Amino acid sequence: MKQLIRPYGDTLNDGKIQLSFTLPIACNKKGEASAKALVESLGIRDVSVVHSEALDDAFSYYIIYGTVANPIDIENITVETVDQAVMSKDAIEAYIKEKFDKELVFIGASTGTDAHTVGIDAIMNMKGFNGHYGLERYQGIKAINLGSQVDNETLLKQALHHHADVILISQTVTQKNIHIKNLTEFIELLEAENLRERFIVIIGGPRIDHSLAKELGFDAGFGPKNYAYDVASFAVEALYFKQKYDV
Amino acid sequence: MNKLYLNQQTINAARLTAKKIADSVQTFIDQHTTISVERALCRMLGIDGVNALDIPYPNIIVDHIKDNADLSKGVAHYLSYALAEHKHAPQKIAEMIDQNCLDLSQYDKLEQSPHIALLTQYLTPQLNRIKRQKATRETMQLKPSKTPLKYVIVATGNIYEDVKQAVAAAKQGADIIAVIRTTGQSLLDYVPYGNTVEGFGGTYATQANFATMRVALDQVSDDQNRPIYLVNYASGLCMSEIAVMGALERLDMMLNDALYGIIFRDINMQRTFIDQYFSRVISAYSGITINTGEDNYLTTSDAFLEAHTVLASQFINEQFALNAHMKKSLMGLGHAYEIDPAMPNSFLYEIAQAQMAREIFPEAPLKYMPPTKHMTGDIFQGVIQNALFNITAVSTDQTIHLLGMLTEAIHTPFMSDRAQALKNAQYIASAFQDFSKEIKFDENGMIVARAQSVLSEANQLLSSIKNMGLFTALENGVFASTKRQMTSGKGLEGVFKKHAVYRNPVLELMKKAMAGDV
Repeated sequence: MKQLIRPYGDTLNDGKIQLSFTLPIACNKKGEASAKALVESLGIRDVSVVHSEALDDAFSYYIIYGTVANPIDIENITVETVDQAVMSKDAIEAYIKEKFDKELVFIGASTGTDAHTVGIDAIMNMKGFNGHYGLERYQGIKAINLGSQVDNETLLKQALHHHADVILISQTVTQKNIHIKNLTEFIELLEAENLRERFIVIIGGPRIDHSLAKELGFDAGFGPKNYAYDVASFAVEALYFKQKYDV
Repeated sequence: MNKLYLNQQTINAARLTAKKIADSVQTFIDQHTTISVERALCRMLGIDGVNALDIPYPNIIVDHIKDNADLSKGVAHYLSYALAEHKHAPQKIAEMIDQNCLDLSQYDKLEQSPHIALLTQYLTPQLNRIKRQKATRETMQLKPSKTPLKYVIVATGNIYEDVKQAVAAAKQGADIIAVIRTTGQSLLDYVPYGNTVEGFGGTYATQANFATMRVALDQVSDDQNRPIYLVNYASGLCMSEIAVMGALERLDMMLNDALYGIIFRDINMQRTFIDQYFSRVISAYSGITINTGEDNYLTTSDAFLEAHTVLASQFINEQFALNAHMKKSLMGLGHAYEIDPAMPNSFLYEIAQAQMAREIFPEAPLKYMPPTKHMTGDIFQGVIQNALFNITAVSTDQTIHLLGMLTEAIHTPFMSDRAQALKNAQYIASAFQDFSKEIKFDENGMIVARAQSVLSEANQLLSSIKNMGLFTALENGVFASTKRQMTSGKGLEGVFKKHAVYRNPVLELMKKAMAGDV
């Protein structure tokens, strides 16, 4: 059954939307008319330029409201998420104790030229993020955080050296999709060394989601609003099944 | 100024301890040189450009000596002998080496060079240019400007796009433009050459790019009748070389902090302390303000629990800079607004920490960083976080005010993000213009207590760093909870213990000039 919706401003399906952008032209009547035409070309009606200002002689900025004409049918929308029950830190620790006879090694890094450690730190470091402890604090997990700007070869070398079970890769800030290239290279490296099956490999970052991860050949991908327990829940179950069925 | 009732004796004690920490590293620094220091010396001799394979000539000379002779004797030893024999300019000598027409190893076994003075005539043009640039900067800075100085970044990867964005930002009220470097440049052991149009998350720092941006900002500065400051990075493996380039092209500020490179770029500590010293001497001589990177500690560690590590590091950085003959007015010590917004009274603690830095380093042009760690994709909330930060910056008289971007953690700033940030900061700077003169703090209140406790913790931390030595402290992960080994990290292979015949005429001339200056 179709379930058609449009954005909600203050009434169901009124379709109200806000946009802001810059055009590389002067701020004047023609600029405003151009901004309006551009938004109309997106299928937005009742376009209203509520604010315009010059950012320079040949750059102008607009804030615009309008009405989205086309509804979407949410019956047709599917999302791929990590399909698993999320366990608490205590439950994960108990699970490891019950199912494994050794400490699990998680090794993580922000790879390539990405200098940001915010993501990998949030998952791995003792303190964690938003009140959710990082993997370092989990009993039964040995967490090794290699930090930022680690190249793919080094990450693999360190993973082998530390007998890692799980590899975590973080990509925070990206430009021109460099993160895709970098992630693809890591999978290619694993495959070239015939090591893809050796590890559970998980990626994370603000531009990452599970479907992208699967598409690139990773076991899972975690976007924003995921914490250490989300990642660990997936990893320990995946490891358990890997061990059980030796796949 | 003592609104926080800080104990001056504790401050003095902390400063003295920091001096001992820096002095003991200085002993190590004075005994060593690096490939980057030697390449910086080459650049001061007028050696520039790249060969057919795009390898910079300073690298060609230094690598030639490293591979075929003994770099511990320094490039000055070899080049002075070569000048005495061939009577060519250093640039020509570099080209001869590149074409295998000259082998400097023939001078390896000779006694201490009696020809060092021959280098002076080739240093003079660069030294004179730096003096002229310094004088020009001082003239520009006579134009009126208002602190906090509003600092924004450009980071397109293309220097010509950077220019458009920088000019727009300057016209909108920015006082300082930082051209962010492409990610990974700090780990390159050479400086790329020429204007560049591609980079990731930033633009290559090259001398040509410095010059291009300088010309554009000078134009805006003339139009606006206020100084527009230009910033880049004398950091990473080419610290001292980039300091030379910045001095030649009249950059006004350079990010410059060995501790940052050690902790966040895994650069070897021996290498970068040696590089930092020469780069700070060059910047001190050239009148360039340095920016240190303590703010970054708080992106990794908790900003409330670890605030004292920032203060301890500022004390140490101050002493490193003093050892490089730098005036306090050039020390842009870093700190940041990074306490978790979910913490009750976070604003009061931020005020306490910012005011504390201001009172402890009254002459320093403090560099105050905006929230980054707790910025989310909620750009509207981000605007409020930046507003509270801006209020703190103005109310505690910070000098270098890095503007927060609402899209922090999403992408490098759009032109409109920068414009929004400037409007926000201008409004607050005007609305709170004289607020700092009006406010006092309760002697028994939480702001005063917070500042005093951070100072006291920093003092204790400095004592323990002094007892173990800075190298060991870094091995123990004292800053940003990150451990680095003395013999690991990038660039260690570029460190050399100075031979008895070693000379660095640039260092000697600059130190002598500044000794007369004090």
